[in-house]
Amino acid sequence: MTGIYIHVPFCLRKCPYCDFYSVLFTEELMQKYTDAVCRNILALKPKAIEADSVYFGGGTPSLLPPEQAEKILECIASSVKLADPEITMEANPSSISLEKLRGYRRAGVNRLSLGVQSLIDDELKALGRLHDAYQAREAAIAAHRAGFENISCDIMLGVPGQTEETLDITAERITALPVKHISAYMLKIEEGTPFDTAQMGALADDDERMCALYLRLCETLAKKGFEHYEISNFALPGARSRHNLKYWRLMPYIGIGPGAHSDFEGKRTACRRELSEFLESKVQKNVLIEENIDRAEELVMLSLRLSDGLSLGELEKLRGREPVRRLKNRAVQLEAQKLVSIEKTAEDEKIKLTERGFLVSNAVIVYLLDC
Amino acid sequence: MADMEKIRNFCIIAHIDHGKSTLADRILELTETVALRDMEDRLLDNMDIERERGITIKARAVRLSYKADDGEEYIFNLIDTPGHVDFNYEVSRSLAACEGALLVVDASQGIEAQTLANTYLALEHDLELLPVLNKIDLPSADPERVAAEIENVIGIPAMDAPRVSAKAGINIKEALERIVTDIPAPKGDPNAPFQALIFDSVYDRYKGVIIYVRVMQGTLRTGQSIKLMASGAVFQTTEVGYMGASDLVPIGELSAGEVGYIAASIKYIGDTRVGDTVTREDMPCAEPLAGYKKVNPMVFSGIYPADGAKYPDLRDALDKLALNDASLSFEPETSTALGFGFRCGFLGLLHMEIIQERLEREYALDLITTAPSVIYRITYTDGRTVMIDNPSNYPDPALIASAEEPFVKADIFTPPEYVGNIMDLCQDRRGVFKNMEYLDENRVDLHYELPLNEIVYDFFDALKSRTKGYASFDYELSGYRPSKLVKLDVLLNGDVVDALSFIVHTDKAYARGRRICEKLKENIPRQLFEIPVQAAIGGKVIARETVKAMRKDVLAKCYGGDITRKKKLLEKQKEGKKRMRTLGTVEVPQEAFMAVLKLDED
Repeated sequence: MTGIYIHVPFCLRKCPYCDFYSVLFTEELMQKYTDAVCRNILALKPKAIEADSVYFGGGTPSLLPPEQAEKILECIASSVKLADPEITMEANPSSISLEKLRGYRRAGVNRLSLGVQSLIDDELKALGRLHDAYQAREAAIAAHRAGFENISCDIMLGVPGQTEETLDITAERITALPVKHISAYMLKIEEGTPFDTAQMGALADDDERMCALYLRLCETLAKKGFEHYEISNFALPGARSRHNLKYWRLMPYIGIGPGAHSDFEGKRTACRRELSEFLESKVQKNVLIEENIDRAEELVMLSLRLSDGLSLGELEKLRGREPVRRLKNRAVQLEAQKLVSIEKTAEDEKIKLTERGFLVSNAVIVYLLDC
Repeated sequence: MADMEKIRNFCIIAHIDHGKSTLADRILELTETVALRDMEDRLLDNMDIERERGITIKARAVRLSYKADDGEEYIFNLIDTPGHVDFNYEVSRSLAACEGALLVVDASQGIEAQTLANTYLALEHDLELLPVLNKIDLPSADPERVAAEIENVIGIPAMDAPRVSAKAGINIKEALERIVTDIPAPKGDPNAPFQALIFDSVYDRYKGVIIYVRVMQGTLRTGQSIKLMASGAVFQTTEVGYMGASDLVPIGELSAGEVGYIAASIKYIGDTRVGDTVTREDMPCAEPLAGYKKVNPMVFSGIYPADGAKYPDLRDALDKLALNDASLSFEPETSTALGFGFRCGFLGLLHMEIIQERLEREYALDLITTAPSVIYRITYTDGRTVMIDNPSNYPDPALIASAEEPFVKADIFTPPEYVGNIMDLCQDRRGVFKNMEYLDENRVDLHYELPLNEIVYDFFDALKSRTKGYASFDYELSGYRPSKLVKLDVLLNGDVVDALSFIVHTDKAYARGRRICEKLKENIPRQLFEIPVQAAIGGKVIARETVKAMRKDVLAKCYGGDITRKKKLLEKQKEGKKRMRTLGTVEVPQEAFMAVLKLDED
């Protein structure tokens, strides 16, 4: 089953840590944008695609008026075979209202991902966010009232001023809301963003602090019944993000909008990060990123991010017996360091990262692949 | 045949930076040997490294013709010598090819360590010394003081020495006239059996090895067979001639008093050792010229390609360098840590640095070198004696009856204010103070005996940093002395890393072991495992550090299915790994191997 990602490249203002593609929002551009998205979706029709997830990401997708979201979703329904889809919209607590949320719900959106980041006002201010803690909680409550059963919140780790105690408060407050899913991202300083300063760099590079915050959150959320199913993602049973799982499970997805990535028909491509070009083209111009992809390497790299781990049986099908044997030998060494666990079932064997393993997952992956 | 009375064979002796090459260039220019438009700065030093460092590595010679004030045309043979102590033997052979030497001294700095060493060498060869005071155009020049210093320290008249500026072209003519009047013409019977001294050789792709000679007696014509007396090898000459400024000029005949070259389709430069005597096979001389010796390397180091796959490239590069450098020795060596490489022998530190630099620059090789070692003399309990140049071959201490290490006599010239610093340094390097001479109120000559292994590490750098670059240093081997030596091993994660082992004096072992562990800790990046870094003598650990396990290396976000960043990061990390050496489970970057070579830095 394919996933469809719609990149909405508009923001009211740019967050100082973000380097994703976005431009300043105007209603006129948004209208043109919706038309361009629809053209691209209609062009998919001959491919007879079967999809079970749609994801509006950004940017700030909640700047999209509900009628336009509806128009896009109608287009999708007419061009793609949709099977009980998960339809997610990312939203900023500052750009939604109950009415708007009801509109999205009516349009078919059934999952809301709120960019909460923190429920401590000082921390939100430090991040340059447009909302405060009160607005964020109100947004979650309003979404629930509007009919969203499946609400996710983002939490930022490593925010200036954040401590394990304030993180606990944020976690307590979020889990007290009708929220089933939490994504926790570590603050990372992107080159050229306003946060790219020596002081912020030092903060983001303070590994001890970042690790302590991460492990603390893992612990707190586990107590609240959240499963740590991916490095940065936690969900109550049954609430894992179907769309995001496609990325980690090497399933196909189609990205529409400037800067959106696709893994479709065996190729990884990305739409050029140029809004005017996107608006004016009949079909978006994709740049080829990779073909003849080494899927075995991707499988190791991506599936190890999941608590379900890397299936050695699956890897063996892609790469053969001997390399898998070597990789397993390395995994045994890592198991002794408590960075991975190796679990054997009747028909398969799986390598899973521990929480400490998650924290050094890049090095673990390189170590496992380097044989 | 050239008129012997009109030949002047001379060399130039100078300390680094005192203007030897610039003066040589001016002489070339004034004798119109090179058209002005062909002049490139520093004509005689034609290797990049020589130009950059302002040093001469290889001896070179050039024939000039000079019309003197007496109306006669003279042939000048200028033999440029490497000034550095590493090439002492080559210098002595070049000097043996001359009747005189220009002693170039910087008129503001005065005599330096190398000046003195080479001057004594010239006096040993009975050369006529012609002092020249250079750089008189500098505001700080004090030719009177420096002339007095030369008279004082060296004991030759210098008050009437030409005062020149090679850079500004002042008074060069006067220096040339003095070469004619002061330096004696060569002697030798052109009809006697042929006898010529080899003072250098170079490899030419088409002509084979070309030997540079000074003919002492007799005559050689193209086509005649020559015999190299040390090896007994016989070759038929294909070309003889003299060295023009930019080309070799064939003249068909070389005779007594002349300096020139011989080409004889010689394949291996090793056959043409500097200092050997060339004679004619049909009319051999009775005795070879005195003073031939085979020069032996003093300093050894393992050289490995950073990328193991480049081993054949390294071998080819060494082969090529050795074509022009008979004193470079190398043989294959295998290290468990570094793989395949070569054990290389050098005349000294500068020689080692130059070879490493040429390998990296001219052959684009990325190298890992091991700590330089000297040759130790070990006597076993059963009375056998062995020479050890590689720590890996150091015997079990239980089998050693006694150990000896080489010492050098060192001369350190310095302004008096740094004497204290230098004494501290020499003390720290197990130096034995001999005496101290005041050359004048501004300069002191310190005499020390130092173990060679204490100066092969980073003595030059340490000396420079402790004297703000003012001290100069020279040394010569003085012999072996009994010593308390141990082999120090370095262990990573419990395994000995052979490439990091070295031999050290017992008293220095603890300090050096600690320092090495610290340096390795700084230079080995955190890995998935905690890595103990230990220094040990025999089985006994004397120092320990720990590289802690890495805490965080994770890319949290993968936005909108963009996994390209993650892939790029993975590629970068894999690429980074290629520059690492895997020792057991430990990844060691190249820098870590280099860092332990510079322990004195902070």
